[in-house]
Amino acid sequence: MSSQQFENRREPEPPEDEAPPAPPAPAAGSDTEVDSLLAEIDDVLETNAETFVRGFVQKGGQ
Amino acid sequence: MGIETEYGILAVHDPAANPMLLSAQVVTAYAAEGLAGGARARWDYSDEDPLCDARGWRLDRGAAHPSQLTDEWEQELAEADGWGITQRRRPAPTPEQGTVSNVILPNGARFYVDHAHPEYSGPEVTNPRDAVVWDRAGDEILLRSSRLLAQIPGMPEVALYKNNTDGKGASYGTHENYLMSRDVPFGDVVAMLTSFLVTRPVITGAGRVGLGQRGERPGFQLTQRADFLEAEVGLETTLRRPIVNTRDEPHADSERFRRLHVIVGDANLLEVSAYLKLGTTSLVLWLLEQVGVPVDIASLALADPVRAAHQVSHDLDLSQPLDLADGRTMTALQIQRVYAETVAAALEQQGQPDEITADVVRRWLDLLDRLATDPASCAREVEWLAKLRVLEGMRRRDGIDWDHPRLAALDLQWSDLRPERSVYRRLAAAGAVELLVTEEEVEHAIAHAPTDTRAYFRGECIRRFPDEVSSASWDAVVFDVAGERNLQRVPMPDPYRGTAEHVGELLRTHADAGSLLSALAGSAT
Repeated sequence: MSSQQFENRREPEPPEDEAPPAPPAPAAGSDTEVDSLLAEIDDVLETNAETFVRGFVQKGGQ
Repeated sequence: MGIETEYGILAVHDPAANPMLLSAQVVTAYAAEGLAGGARARWDYSDEDPLCDARGWRLDRGAAHPSQLTDEWEQELAEADGWGITQRRRPAPTPEQGTVSNVILPNGARFYVDHAHPEYSGPEVTNPRDAVVWDRAGDEILLRSSRLLAQIPGMPEVALYKNNTDGKGASYGTHENYLMSRDVPFGDVVAMLTSFLVTRPVITGAGRVGLGQRGERPGFQLTQRADFLEAEVGLETTLRRPIVNTRDEPHADSERFRRLHVIVGDANLLEVSAYLKLGTTSLVLWLLEQVGVPVDIASLALADPVRAAHQVSHDLDLSQPLDLADGRTMTALQIQRVYAETVAAALEQQGQPDEITADVVRRWLDLLDRLATDPASCAREVEWLAKLRVLEGMRRRDGIDWDHPRLAALDLQWSDLRPERSVYRRLAAAGAVELLVTEEEVEHAIAHAPTDTRAYFRGECIRRFPDEVSSASWDAVVFDVAGERNLQRVPMPDPYRGTAEHVGELLRTHADAGSLLSALAGSAT
């Protein structure tokens, strides 16, 4: 999948079932939505990503 | 059906901390602080048989890997009555241990330490929507456990991750369980399910940064789990992991039921991915029970299922031709479409399906259409596409490649249960992913069991009689009532009994455990 496809993505139709409606997506194009998401994700990500990723070691399970 | 999840665990300020101890501390914190009146009830292993193979034999205990021995054995005093309640000698009192590794929750779930991870095994549910509700409840219970732990002086701050690999060679599981009729030969289960499980990640995959078990090659793939699959069929879950697992431990009447233990799936944050994972798989099993393996599906047999599982996971364009045993090739989407259309046609013949079944089929067919024509439009529903969308955005914005640690960090933090650290939660808050269940439903499911399976009886007994239930397992509740000479074990071999409809009135009219047991013993089943 190329990033181009994401730039051109459309907002999907709302689901037809009776599930509670999702919050409305931003009216602006999807670029804006991804960009504002990335700004929020920047605030969440560990500041030293490399150290965090290196330290994330788990034991195997099932 | 039901979902069990092993969570990744990390001490925030000490990544080298012992994960077994941390897991026990997390479970203990919830048992001691998270439940009204504390939690006395422990898990009862006497009905477990993890070495029983669905192909018809048992693995010798001496030949088993230690990680396969998940049971312990106890002696039973048989003395049946109307409900089949048996008496069991009360064990000698043991000093209360500092940590608890195994509790049963009032919502019917089991919360425990499995190897080096905390695990939540959700209660039995009858439909995929409820599976999502009680799975989300599990995430919340784990999060609260870590918060409670952090409030205890001297205890560590623990972060929990709903993922399946550390990207360094370790994998831990999210398993699905499906109750099936014993009448279906296990060979048919393998024939029906293998190509389905190999291809369903186009909808159910959680996405992963890194290729290979150790993430040795940069890139992105559809699943957390595919690179760890090494066999077509097998009993193991911790090594040589198979596509179809043969553990034959029904936790129910083994004459009537089989529990299919599916170990290939990813832990899902996206509710639609989890919902369709359970929904489509249970429909394929329903079809198998109805008609056996249809010719159209038998012809989908893959030449090399393990290789195909890896290929599907690494095929971001959804265009990889997979070699079939009969010499043809098909893509994962084409194979899924045969399953979806065969199920849809069989349902049509049966008349009007229930609302959730109809919704699952409609979404399944619709997503297969859109994955073929406009995959980016599926990023609100399909987890790997939701994750890829933000990863691609970051790659584009920052001009970084797949080996950049920020992308690996984003992948890990996608599944962090702490809302303030979770990438998934940012998308959910922004309305960038579709939600199926409400916070109120999740809150209720933290403290209450589903009403339409035996989990109701288990959970309600824990909730109402926290001091009198001494242990429980999937198919029994053991009471320790003051003044009684023995423990009393109530068997529950039928997962469809013990529902609110079945025992709700009894529970309402008997305020104490002793009178409830007398009523059960005196009543016909």
